[in-house]
Amino acid sequence: MATEAIELRAHLMRRVGVGATRDELEALADQPYDEIVEELLHPEAHPNPSADLLDRYFPAINSPDVPVAAGSLWIFNLANSGAPLGEKMALFWHHVFATGWFKAEHGPAILHQIETFRGNGLGNLRQILLDLSRDPAMLHWLDNSENHADQINENYGRELLELFSMGIGNYSEDDIKAAARAFTGWTFEQPIPLYPFGGYDTQFSYRDDDHDHDEKTFLGRTGDLNGEDIIDVIVGQEATARFIARHLYSFFVADEQQVPAWSIDPPRDPEAIDQLVAAYMASDGDIRAVMRALLTSDFFKTARFTRVKSPLELVGSAVKLANWPQTPDPAITGWSVATDAMGQKLMDPPSVEGWHTGKEWLDGGTLTERVNFAVEQVMDTSKPGVQSIVSRIAAAGGPVAPGAFVEQCLDLAGPIAASEDTRRVLEEFASEDGPLTFGNDEECAQSEARIGRMLQLVVSCPEYQFA
Amino acid sequence: MPKINGRDPVLVVVQLSGGLDFMNTLIPHTSEYYRKSRPTVGVASEDVLPLNDELGWHPATAPLKELYDAGNVAVVQGIGYENSSRSHFRAMDIWHTCEPTKISTEGWLARATRDLDPNSENPLTAVSFGRGLPRALAAAGVTTTSIGDLDHFGLMTKVEAQQEREQDLAIFKRMYTPAVGTGIVRDYLAQTGRDVLKGVDMLRDVPSRYSSTIEYGQNPIARALRDVVRVHTAGLGTRVFYTQHAGYDYHSLEPETHPRLLTELTEALSDFMADLREHNASEEVTVMVFTEFGRRIKDNGSGTDHGSGGGAYIIGDHVAGGLYSEYPSIKPEDWLYGEDLRHTIDFRGIYGTVLEQWMRMDPTAIVNGQFEQISPYKVTAD
Repeated sequence: MATEAIELRAHLMRRVGVGATRDELEALADQPYDEIVEELLHPEAHPNPSADLLDRYFPAINSPDVPVAAGSLWIFNLANSGAPLGEKMALFWHHVFATGWFKAEHGPAILHQIETFRGNGLGNLRQILLDLSRDPAMLHWLDNSENHADQINENYGRELLELFSMGIGNYSEDDIKAAARAFTGWTFEQPIPLYPFGGYDTQFSYRDDDHDHDEKTFLGRTGDLNGEDIIDVIVGQEATARFIARHLYSFFVADEQQVPAWSIDPPRDPEAIDQLVAAYMASDGDIRAVMRALLTSDFFKTARFTRVKSPLELVGSAVKLANWPQTPDPAITGWSVATDAMGQKLMDPPSVEGWHTGKEWLDGGTLTERVNFAVEQVMDTSKPGVQSIVSRIAAAGGPVAPGAFVEQCLDLAGPIAASEDTRRVLEEFASEDGPLTFGNDEECAQSEARIGRMLQLVVSCPEYQFA
Repeated sequence: MPKINGRDPVLVVVQLSGGLDFMNTLIPHTSEYYRKSRPTVGVASEDVLPLNDELGWHPATAPLKELYDAGNVAVVQGIGYENSSRSHFRAMDIWHTCEPTKISTEGWLARATRDLDPNSENPLTAVSFGRGLPRALAAAGVTTTSIGDLDHFGLMTKVEAQQEREQDLAIFKRMYTPAVGTGIVRDYLAQTGRDVLKGVDMLRDVPSRYSSTIEYGQNPIARALRDVVRVHTAGLGTRVFYTQHAGYDYHSLEPETHPRLLTELTEALSDFMADLREHNASEEVTVMVFTEFGRRIKDNGSGTDHGSGGGAYIIGDHVAGGLYSEYPSIKPEDWLYGEDLRHTIDFRGIYGTVLEQWMRMDPTAIVNGQFEQISPYKVTAD
């Protein structure tokens, strides 16, 4: 049975990635927790090999035209990377700076944006917001390319404040207009049309002759403000620290209410938010420092199974459990189709608010998709993850009593903190065929099939829906 | 229970996400202010489909205009509320919860569903098509069903051995029936799991029982409205249907996007009514189409920004067709904040209208108060 060290590390890996195999957890068990966190905070030391492999073996899948394959590759990297936090931070910023593919239908620009998040996701918020404001996909998505000196389009200015940094209630309508005016002239080079040549990148372009150089006042600062000045003011606000802290808390610690409620309802754990705000203010907005404070805090360590898995996490945890494929394979393209059916179309959120999370991931339709997908992953007992669990259970030589059979499956598939009700139901089912035995080939085959079936039920249980 | 066509009255809600441009749907094309305000996205007088001396339909609404001319459409002009929010998300929350001044997570249609089915006996009393559940249908203890794909709806569908699958489903049911409460989210999850099983059983045969001569378009709103007909005609007791059509947030490229969406929407609505009539299942249905806000009066050179004073549309066989409430004044001295249409009727009164006059329910607690209603029905359930 799992020790506290294993359970804590399993929790950490579920949150910074999509979980870990038992072999991986055992390898981490003796390493000091803070040291593991420090390594996770530096993902740049572990580049993802998969893109090169895909280019070589499956060039058609790696096409940038439509981001379906890229979404699957993202899940693959989360499941197989030695440094999942870089991938998870990219996902975090994608949740916050939700940019949809459907408006531009320009895959290369969306992929470029996610790649930027991979690179700067643990950096300083000032750099993150600067990169975001210069990102062609964002410039198009929120119409800043239509924001001109003589004709303001305030879409980006508004959402930068409302959804990307400070949250509603911390600025006025006049501040929105000033921010919009400051970002006039921030646009992108028209890309070469996607067809017939395939994906071409576009790039940021600043046009001074289309910039409004008149005086503006934004949150108390007055002058010929440009976009950089707006971002400078924003990142120094405690409201920004609080808003980003709440996002990080909701994404990594425990489900918060949906964003529109934040200006009215207090956080679930105000002290935790205060700690994160303090880390932000002390480091001048260094996200790595805030994440260090978060991952090493007691409030994080004790918040187990307090978040509903996002569709990506559900799919990722199930393929990680099956532990297949470990090298890129065409079969992975189905993964982002699966998250789509569960309500999360990667790189194509429904609106700039991003996805509603937590309980709102769950309804009759999405629960059906989640259960069916997870069951399908463990159905084939030849998959390495299932084989690993079978050989661990068989290692003692048997016989394994029904109660121990259920405990071991819950333990090795997580460990999953199943309720007494769930354990009892599974144990009654296990009892119908008596203890697991491994005396001869036939018994081994039967026991393997029973373990596979038990794992299908384990990933169907209510507790499996939580991370 | 009041009946119509021998059946319980049914409400079909169509949500247009992003903010449909009301001013470019029912167009005040003869006004000089319209011309001046909309040099880029304006529609020329010779292109509109005439309605009266002042207003014309956008040319892409032809299928809806046909229903309107047949007397089946009540247009609610200038729908909105005080201090209209320009945030999509806050605005949509307000429309979903009927709470313009505070945050609520309880949806108005969930409250209606609670009144229709107080003991949650039928998980299909309210059905939403599409991924995820809109807040309008969400409330603790209220059971609603969300269907992503009606043709593949079920649990453990990959388990091939029938006996194993039945056993799995029985175990699933027990795992999702905890003996004691375990917290709000887990209780909700458990309830959702049990409802899936019940809903799966009820919906199993629906696709095979439906046939129709109507050929719908290949787009999400057409598919969703066809699914409404399939479930409604199966007679499973659904009283509230919810569908969504997204993409109306045209800050740019409005002249390209708006007509495409209007064509998809109005063709789908027209096919929907024809399909219901083919099945003698139209009389009991009323459709309400809404969006979270109208758009700014002046265009921005490519599209329009978020505004207020939108429109809603009530459609049905027994609707007294015509224009309701008043078209917001487009004279500059009347503009809200100097740039927006001023709403002329509160949306909660329109919800109240369909709830009280069509569904025969008391709307007061559902819409959080009493608001001015309109009289858009010739015949109602009795």
